[in-house]
Amino acid sequence: MNRPATGQSQAGKKPPNSMEMVRASLPKRYAREKRFQWYGRVAIGMALLFLSLLFISIVGNGYTAFQQTYVKLDVYFDPDRIDPSGDRAPDALSAGDYGGVVKQTLRNMFPEVRGRRDKRTLYGLVSTGADFKLREMVLADPSLIGETATLWVPADDDVDMLMKGHIDRSLPEEDRRLKDKQLAWIDRLVDEGRVEKRFNTTFFTAGDSREPELAGIWGAAVGSMFTLAVTLLLSFPLGVATAVYLEEFAPKNRWTDLIEVNINNLAAVPSIVFGLLGLAVFINFFGLPRSAPVVGGLVLTLMTLPTIIIASRAALKSVPPSIREAALGVGASKMQAIFHHILPLAMPGMLTGTIIGMAQALGETAPLLMIGMVAFIVDIPGGVTEPATVLPVQIYLWADSPERAFVERTSAAIMVLLAFLITMNALAVILRKRFERRW
Amino acid sequence: MTSLTESADKTVDKSFDDTTVTEAIEVEHTATVARENRETVGEQFVDTARMTCRDVDVYYSDKHAIKNVTLDIGHNEVIAMIGPSGCGKSTFLRCLNRMNDTIDGCRVSGTIEIDGQDIYHKSMDVVPLRAQVGMVFQKPNPFPKSIYENIAYGPRIHGLAQNKAELDEIVERSLERAGLWDEVKDRMEQPGTGLSGGQQQRLCIARTIAVSPEVILMDEPCSALDPIATAKVEELIDELREHYTIAIVTHSMQQAARVSQRTAYFHLGDLIEVGETNQIFTNPRHQLTEDYITGRFG
Repeated sequence: MNRPATGQSQAGKKPPNSMEMVRASLPKRYAREKRFQWYGRVAIGMALLFLSLLFISIVGNGYTAFQQTYVKLDVYFDPDRIDPSGDRAPDALSAGDYGGVVKQTLRNMFPEVRGRRDKRTLYGLVSTGADFKLREMVLADPSLIGETATLWVPADDDVDMLMKGHIDRSLPEEDRRLKDKQLAWIDRLVDEGRVEKRFNTTFFTAGDSREPELAGIWGAAVGSMFTLAVTLLLSFPLGVATAVYLEEFAPKNRWTDLIEVNINNLAAVPSIVFGLLGLAVFINFFGLPRSAPVVGGLVLTLMTLPTIIIASRAALKSVPPSIREAALGVGASKMQAIFHHILPLAMPGMLTGTIIGMAQALGETAPLLMIGMVAFIVDIPGGVTEPATVLPVQIYLWADSPERAFVERTSAAIMVLLAFLITMNALAVILRKRFERRW
Repeated sequence: MTSLTESADKTVDKSFDDTTVTEAIEVEHTATVARENRETVGEQFVDTARMTCRDVDVYYSDKHAIKNVTLDIGHNEVIAMIGPSGCGKSTFLRCLNRMNDTIDGCRVSGTIEIDGQDIYHKSMDVVPLRAQVGMVFQKPNPFPKSIYENIAYGPRIHGLAQNKAELDEIVERSLERAGLWDEVKDRMEQPGTGLSGGQQQRLCIARTIAVSPEVILMDEPCSALDPIATAKVEELIDELREHYTIAIVTHSMQQAARVSQRTAYFHLGDLIEVGETNQIFTNPRHQLTEDYITGRFG
């Protein structure tokens, strides 16, 4: 009856058996379904492959950074060098010539080394961090002065690289970071059992340094935490409040349409533009300190806000209207309906959006370069107004450094950053599960 | 006009003492009003009106959803609103406690008064109005909270209970009135969403009566329920009539006939006929009403 025109032209013929037609089309349908499933599997396989490539290359390059070569020295805490005045005053002790003590120790261990040049190469075996270590020990316990102690001090990064097999001994001497003499000394130290690889605590507790063996990620991690704390404290309340107002209270007119379009546009603005804005507004106009987490946090807030607003609005929209009606129906005011019923139900979505935004902010580098967070900062920041750098910027800085030892530290820092990200995403999943409710 | 009011008055009086108003057909007539005539016929007015609606028009942006409806809702009566889908009966119901405010582009004109107060007046606060005129929705919509919290929420936000003991009492009384107490008294802390559909709807009714409204609006309360749950809710409506005025929208003409004293028939935004339920179903005056109840369309 309501067949298309083609049906009528065949009206004279016997109508084809529809079950036969269905059966004939079945293999094709199933094949299509199977093909589609395979596309999906291949896509997932590719994703996993690249993910594992990423992890293998990073971990493979970086795992050695978690170990550091140490050299055992028998140090004589020479009172003449450390405390020439002999009054044990802390000021005098901290100004003592610890470098001289270390050098003296090395000269004692290799008495055959003569000549300024050879001596200097000998001193290069041990990190300058050894001086600081001695000073710390003496300041903590002045009674050490005059004693001889056996202690492990970090080796120079080149020695470290040699021990980890990153320096090729077969290269001609002039192409090598370590001279033949140094190789001989190191071999002697190894034979004496004075060289050992240990867990690299410095990497997790120190700030940045020009010396790879003294450089650590903690300064950048603290900077990241301060920056993200500022970002979270500003962007979450602002974003949620904006979303609630736009979604629940604002009249739907041309102005709110304009605002919505602009929020969506902001989400797509390249992040370096926010960095320029932060430089112009926060630093130049408001005079906030350069390189400080507070400015970084403000800039990242601007960058994260659109993400949070969009996610929060979507979460509010997904709350079934029946809940809203139920609350209004028993006489709740609009505000009560929102705060007692709609917000709690939208919270998992809002938190997910927020944490995705924060994860994005954690990995952001470009805008922070513009506001000076790319500075070389050795001290671990103690507050949001002190100069700091953040994890991705630290990675960028280390990746730029010529020393071989920074290569593994760059990868190790990436591992730390990824660990942060994975933790945050896991937190998002847990929060979502906890707040999720059926309706 | 006077005869109309009198007869309506009588209807309401009758409904007080006798729920099975069978012999009360007083207005005998033979000629039915033609289909083209959209004037309301029947008894729109009652003497003891709780809510009075005069010349109510509702627009959704450009769409004229309700056209010039005039209707009284009497004290302690159950008034059923029937009609084909999209005829505006739910829209009209939602005007009675201003739930339409939440819909963008919805405009209401005319006057709707409750106990002599214009609910669309500028000075009218919707929060107490909705406490006074409660609503039960088509789909059971308990809050995703415990059974106790579902009932306690309304009294708590309105400050109806001074302390926990009073609140407990309100919760228990509301659940008892809704006939749900015995089924849930041992699991008050379990989520309301875990109940069966019929129980959820009775929970919603209990939630509504917990704030002691005067009028309860029900928007197809049984459309998502099975016949047994429906029977329970209908029984409940009959009991609630003692204390409350109930306006119910329903798709089921049997249900309208079972639970209501008066019935209003809506057709494409017009209120076609209002009258005593029995008269509407046995002797409709308007051709459209007759077409609908005899199943010619709808």
